[in-house]
Amino acid sequence: MPSLIDLMLEGQLVQRHSPWPRAVVDASVWNFAASELARGRWSLLGLWGEPSTVHMAIMDEQTSEIAVVSLDCFDRAYPSVSQHHPPALRLERAVHDLFGLVAEGSSDTRSWLDHNRWGVRFPLGDRIDALPQASPYFFLPAEGDGLHQIAVGPVHAGTIEPGHFRFTTSGETVVRLEPRLGYAHKGIERLMMDASLVRAAQLAGRVSGDSTVAYALAFSRAVEAALEVMVPDRAVWLRALLAELERLAHHLGDIGGICNDASFALMHAHCSVLREDVLRASNAAFGHRLMRDIILPGGVTRDLDKDGTEAIQAALDNIRLRFPALIELYDNTASLQDRTVDAGVLKPALAAQYAAGGYTGRASGRSFDARRALAYPPYESLRFDVPILAEGDVNARVWIRIREVEQTLYLIDQILTRLPEGPLSIQAGVYCEPREGMAIVEGFRGDVMVWLRVRDGKIERCHLRDPSWFQWPLVEAAIEGNIVADFPLCNRSFNCAYSGHDL
Amino acid sequence: MRKLLFESLFRRPVTERAPSPDDAAVTELATAVAQAARRRLGRSLSIREVDAGSCNGCELEIHALSNAYYDVERFGIRFVASPRYADVLMVTGPVTKNMREALELTYDAVPNPKWVIAVGDCARDGGCFAGSYAVVGGVSEVVPVDLHIPGCPPTPTAMLKGLLALLERADAGATPT
Repeated sequence: MPSLIDLMLEGQLVQRHSPWPRAVVDASVWNFAASELARGRWSLLGLWGEPSTVHMAIMDEQTSEIAVVSLDCFDRAYPSVSQHHPPALRLERAVHDLFGLVAEGSSDTRSWLDHNRWGVRFPLGDRIDALPQASPYFFLPAEGDGLHQIAVGPVHAGTIEPGHFRFTTSGETVVRLEPRLGYAHKGIERLMMDASLVRAAQLAGRVSGDSTVAYALAFSRAVEAALEVMVPDRAVWLRALLAELERLAHHLGDIGGICNDASFALMHAHCSVLREDVLRASNAAFGHRLMRDIILPGGVTRDLDKDGTEAIQAALDNIRLRFPALIELYDNTASLQDRTVDAGVLKPALAAQYAAGGYTGRASGRSFDARRALAYPPYESLRFDVPILAEGDVNARVWIRIREVEQTLYLIDQILTRLPEGPLSIQAGVYCEPREGMAIVEGFRGDVMVWLRVRDGKIERCHLRDPSWFQWPLVEAAIEGNIVADFPLCNRSFNCAYSGHDL
Repeated sequence: MRKLLFESLFRRPVTERAPSPDDAAVTELATAVAQAARRRLGRSLSIREVDAGSCNGCELEIHALSNAYYDVERFGIRFVASPRYADVLMVTGPVTKNMREALELTYDAVPNPKWVIAVGDCARDGGCFAGSYAVVGGVSEVVPVDLHIPGCPPTPTAMLKGLLALLERADAGATPT
């Protein structure tokens, strides 16, 4: 049985691609990789395009090996991966919308990000004029006696991001849910082309506002891999501190938010206060509540002083004091458990097939956590547990967050205790030849992947992949058989990104 | 829960003092708010929020407005589920082309008199996304904007100042009847 390394040897290895290998392969090797994904031996990490090339990132979860295979698309077409491995489907549709490359054999050729509103087709490839008239979007059919459809969005009742949901229901029970996304598409990957590193880092930090640290970190690490930059120790540790503060704030917000969607507002009120404490501490320490534009290629722009450290410690102490009572409240309120236990079940097999990241995967038996599996610094020298449950229901996703809050408190303690002294950043070199880099970091909702090519100090091509690409289809699966009224609750427990997905 | 509820009977509220209205925002508003505002609205304001393609950073801070520290409802300001209940449309994001029509329809569904608040740097002119093939630009390209609250994202305090300014203007412009 060939390993990922053997697969690389089948193709032509690309020079200056770090830290994992990339090889240009032929269609037979491409198809072989797709069939191995389908067998479940490897996991799909991403699939993205260039004007006449498609790339696919693959991981062997047993060994944490990662590789990228690339296929030149003669006649603007390539063999579909999704015909073997469904998780690739929407990625292929996005590649088509942006580059015009056709996945031959795909079962679904509907557009995905392109709603025929841009005035142009294939904006990142060979642009052509838009269709004169938008063709209607056909949702997948569900047929049977007494079924009816409910259309929701893109503007929702709450303050949330835009997306359209088409429910097909039998009475109150959902028999099929199909979302249509792309409403938040801002053309970020096009804006990144020819952008300076600073400008591109600014854009990366705005792919998804709730993961601004994770994206800035993934982007910066990819640039640093490409340019072989050794980031100073203090910056590495400060970055981890930023990432853990971001995780802490959003987990607290989500725990309260899920309970609120189960009409239990008391938890929401208390969790919101703790979350606000974290944001204020972040502001005191780093000058921005969401810690935006702090991480740049080469290091960080802000140092942590004594006052900042004390603000963070005070917030942590308060959480330690108050959070246990909230856990107890969650655990011992039957009316709340009645809503969350057994609701929105995601089966472990499906979570594994889609290589679901974050609490979504870890609540359904998938142990992957980029901080542990890929052990990027400083996590290789930090002690923490990766909580895992197998139930896959809303309750399990809440408990994973609760346990991760505890682990993050522990991680921040270690970081503050061991934070090394030294410079905050280092200048990245400028090379005239193309250099490629890749990075995967653990954001609060899962693994954020960035792949890019730098030349002359500018970004030539950058692809950013949100964990939501592999989580949105799982929401559809998990909602089946639940009632419509439980959709907000189930959806919130996944908390998939719209902007991060739409880009 | 029993204990938490009991404690909260005796604990002082965490809510902080209201900020003073922002001068710049007041000026921006001067022409926007009509005399009828006070009569029609009293001191209450219902807001329908629309994300027209933001990165969700602004939404996070808009959510924070409702937490116990800011408690926006004590000013008579509340977020409502439908544009048909709203006095104010609060819009974030650089307005993506894919969201343009939805924003227009939502605006049309808000009854008169109505105001539009554009929240965040993107909502002013597209921010760092300006010039993209997929982005319209600022909110004012699509619907008329009465007040802009800058920031990336604006802090909850900055949003409160803007909202209070809107109310103060509505008050000042009113004629006693």
